[in-house]
Amino acid sequence: MSDQHLVPTPGQTVGPFFGYALPFEKGGELVPPGSPNSVTLHGTVYDGKGAPIPDAILEIWQADSNGNVPHQTGSLVRDGYTFTGWGRTPVGNTGKYVFSTVNPGATEPGKAPFFAVAVFARGLMNRLFTRVYLPEDTEALENDALLSSLEPARRKTLMAERLADGSLHWDLRLQGEDETVFLDFHAEG
Amino acid sequence: MGEPVKSSDAAADNQAIVSQEIRDIEEGYKAARAAGQPAETQPRVDYPPYRSSILRHPTKSLHHTDPETIELFSPAFGHHDVHALESNLTIQHNGEPQGERMILRGKVLDGNGRPVAGQLVEIWQANAAGRYIHKRDQHPAPIDPNFTGVGRCITGPDGSYEFLTIKPGAYPWKNHLNAWRPAHIHFSLFGTEFTQRIVTQMYFPGDQLFPLDPIYQSIVDQDARDRLVARYNHDFTSPEWALGYEWDIVLTGSKRTWTENEAYGEQGDHE
Ligand SMILES: [Fe+2]
Repeated sequence: MSDQHLVPTPGQTVGPFFGYALPFEKGGELVPPGSPNSVTLHGTVYDGKGAPIPDAILEIWQADSNGNVPHQTGSLVRDGYTFTGWGRTPVGNTGKYVFSTVNPGATEPGKAPFFAVAVFARGLMNRLFTRVYLPEDTEALENDALLSSLEPARRKTLMAERLADGSLHWDLRLQGEDETVFLDFHAEG
Repeated sequence: MGEPVKSSDAAADNQAIVSQEIRDIEEGYKAARAAGQPAETQPRVDYPPYRSSILRHPTKSLHHTDPETIELFSPAFGHHDVHALESNLTIQHNGEPQGERMILRGKVLDGNGRPVAGQLVEIWQANAAGRYIHKRDQHPAPIDPNFTGVGRCITGPDGSYEFLTIKPGAYPWKNHLNAWRPAHIHFSLFGTEFTQRIVTQMYFPGDQLFPLDPIYQSIVDQDARDRLVARYNHDFTSPEWALGYEWDIVLTGSKRTWTENEAYGEQGDHE
């Protein structure tokens, strides 16, 4: 049964009109803003000219702060205390997004914690995957398989910056000199 | 090359110009295939006939990496997230929506043919006149007060989904002069792993707008395009009620080593 190899269905752009369909109440609030240990992950999505994109939508998927992979349902109807590990938020008119969440923990000892990210936008033909790494555990970052396969300048595009208020700042650039590194897990080309 | 970059959304070119670009790219693809290049199964992110894509696609190739633990799992959704009635787009208001009622059924499978059970499927679409409820939709076709055009469901143990909706209309857009999108339904899908996440569009058989549409044509391979087209299925048609369409979705292959329970569709909290 698992020997079959079916060709995957092609993706298509999310288009301009997802705004009344995909976003949902508290979509970007994996934990209530301001709750103990909550962290804000925020930034801006840019196009190839450095202009903010107003019609993109981001999803994050992450381990909890202890590094456990969440299995709880309930992301779409948040009860205020169940951590589902998944969030979705559209960017605003100025391309800015905000998630309220917790720092992901290392899923295995010595692993570098990161947020898995999927981005969708009008004009973007297919979703793109990337990662946002926490900046703190420098030894784990050094040993990370993905990061160590990248040039320093490219690697930087996957690093969140910890601001003085404890929040994490990370911008996504679909194109251009500081273009974010986007990932292919299946060698789909 | 050497041409100035066209600004996004400038509706300066006509259909003939865009169609010529589409044909040129297709000819190039066919020549590459004839020379032994592999088939392309996904859309090109760099596809200039879709003007808004020009500044919104990565110019560097995707970086291949093996998924880490978190990426080998997917967020879980269940009947706590989605009410059973959300799969019926014709009962969200006080009256019946206008248009051709349709039943849409299919399965979500992974690349190994395993059903994706207990997972979230989301759809959104224009109404029968080709108008979205979205505030940015300026197409002067009527809004239907009885149709929003948003549905969700959780797949069954066999990966099946079903929606009752209205066949959407084609609609104009501003990619170029006289640009029209073929009728379509937007789909958002999750697999058993984050790496399988996709958003796509489902089309209807025999649409005359296919050759003209840069979004559909951004998939340069005809077999791959065909995978986005639903089949009319008279067995799904309900007498004196609704026409039946069938569309299966295949996600990428699974990278995780599955437990026996998962392999038999025990994911999620489906009943
Ligand atoms: Fe659409």
